[in-house]
Amino acid sequence: MIAALSSKLFFRAVLVFNAMMVLAPVFFLFNSSLRDDNSFASNPFMLAKDPQWENFKDVWSDGAFALYLKNSLVVTGGALILTVVLALGAGFVLGRYSFKGNGVIYGFVLTGMLVPAKLAILPLFIQLKWMHLLDSHLGLILVYTSGALPAAIFIMSGFFKALPSDLDNAARIDGATEFQLLRIVLTPLVRPGLAIVAIYSAIPIWNDFFLPLVFLQSPENKTIMQGLTVFFGQYASQWGVLFAGLTMAALPLIVLYLALSEQFIKGLTAGAVKG
Amino acid sequence: MAAGGLKKQQRKYIFLLLTPALLAILTFTTIPALTTLSYAFFHWQGFQRLDFAGFENFQRLMEYPFKDQLLNSLRHNVLVFVGIYILQTGLGILIAYALFTLTRGQRFFRTVTFLPVIFSLVVVGYMWQVLLDPYYGPINKILNDNGLENLAMPWLGSTTTALPTLVFINLWRWVGFPAIIFLSGLNAINTEYIEAARLDGASEGQIFRKVMFPLLAPSMTIITILTFIGAFEWFDLPFVLGGSNGNPAGATDTLALMFYRLSFGTVDSGANNVGVGSALGVMIFAIVGLGAYFGSNIMRKREVEQ
Repeated sequence: MIAALSSKLFFRAVLVFNAMMVLAPVFFLFNSSLRDDNSFASNPFMLAKDPQWENFKDVWSDGAFALYLKNSLVVTGGALILTVVLALGAGFVLGRYSFKGNGVIYGFVLTGMLVPAKLAILPLFIQLKWMHLLDSHLGLILVYTSGALPAAIFIMSGFFKALPSDLDNAARIDGATEFQLLRIVLTPLVRPGLAIVAIYSAIPIWNDFFLPLVFLQSPENKTIMQGLTVFFGQYASQWGVLFAGLTMAALPLIVLYLALSEQFIKGLTAGAVKG
Repeated sequence: MAAGGLKKQQRKYIFLLLTPALLAILTFTTIPALTTLSYAFFHWQGFQRLDFAGFENFQRLMEYPFKDQLLNSLRHNVLVFVGIYILQTGLGILIAYALFTLTRGQRFFRTVTFLPVIFSLVVVGYMWQVLLDPYYGPINKILNDNGLENLAMPWLGSTTTALPTLVFINLWRWVGFPAIIFLSGLNAINTEYIEAARLDGASEGQIFRKVMFPLLAPSMTIITILTFIGAFEWFDLPFVLGGSNGNPAGATDTLALMFYRLSFGTVDSGANNVGVGSALGVMIFAIVGLGAYFGSNIMRKREVEQ
């Protein structure tokens, strides 16, 4: 009885300690973003009693930062829309039609999941240069889309396969074309899959740093995570502004995560769990 | 509609809906991956391909000046894999089991546990850089204020502590991932087994060791393979905190950083070496591919049917 109680206490303590380890640095980040530089340098711990919202204004009015954010929105948004639309179509065909070559194509798509994009970076670099897609957002969007598609198609075709086949026949008897069947009947039913695909694709793209580092050269094309490195060199020791910049780069995802944590967890672990 | 008409309509959709996706994967994933292999067998000048080189690029990788860098990086990748694997798997299982035993408030603790996983490594890296700053950083301040001056050190600036510090930061950011995978593994265990063991008088510790842990094998396989791949392709965090040279003094150098330097040059020297870089890329791919393949084969044998 006492042993059971103390083991229960031990595991509660593990969770509380873990939560503190996670939340303390995040709280420190937010708190420091609202302090002025001098007070931070003399004592890094004090609460921001007199919040310096100017730090955020300084970040925003720097101009470059707002541009980096916009670029990240364009790149992530573009790749996300392309991935979701293409995976919806391909998942529908591979999940619901039986035709010669279905298995081979499905197998080909799955091999795409095995290729580490980082190691194919040199040919990709030369190829994009040749296609005039280097230092362009479109090039980045296409590379991200192709990287996200295999897992996205894998997830979507799984969702399509799980729907009862009577649905299709009923819709066809009612006179629906194949396109109407996909758009009106099936798409609403695979919406949870689309949410998983969206999160699975969007988070790593928003957070990515490697491909923009290699592919984008012009300062005005940089994405937010790449821009942060420039920003950090520029504002060294202006603590308030630095923390405000970090907060602004992290906040959009944190807010989305807190609102949709279940979908996020499902989405980000989707690739690891066997369907 | 006649069956023939349906087939015809379906053929149109098969073509229309599959072509763009397959073309994208082929152009930007499959072809570049296959060409990487060929690059390693040519001489290069900048990004200009010259004549056939046979295995020369691989040979040069084993000679001065590349050999020392290669062995240094490889040693770091191995150490990082071992460190991350032990810490993240151990703590991941501990947190997962603690979450599993919760009856109330599981949602809150699960959300908090997974939170750092959504953070960009750039944000995580810079955040910890300031937290660990030798002069202004709160970590050293806590240590100094509590009479632990000896422990206050330039964590990221010293060659002995830089790599372990990076492993710790990686742990902070990623431990939620294995924890959630193990939690879903625990949730998938048929409760009848646990009930039966409990009726037989097994303690909670025995139930975990003898019943639950063996049934976690599939999750263990996934986490092992993903950790292995991640550790041997480790790039973002060392790059953000130590630059492409793996500062301080190569103490955080990794295979992927070396691959990047060879491919695109460094800040101090723009000269690159695409041939040797590709040879290294092929080598990393071989390590990751073979490791993942044999690793999963060995691990799968341990998995038992429920």
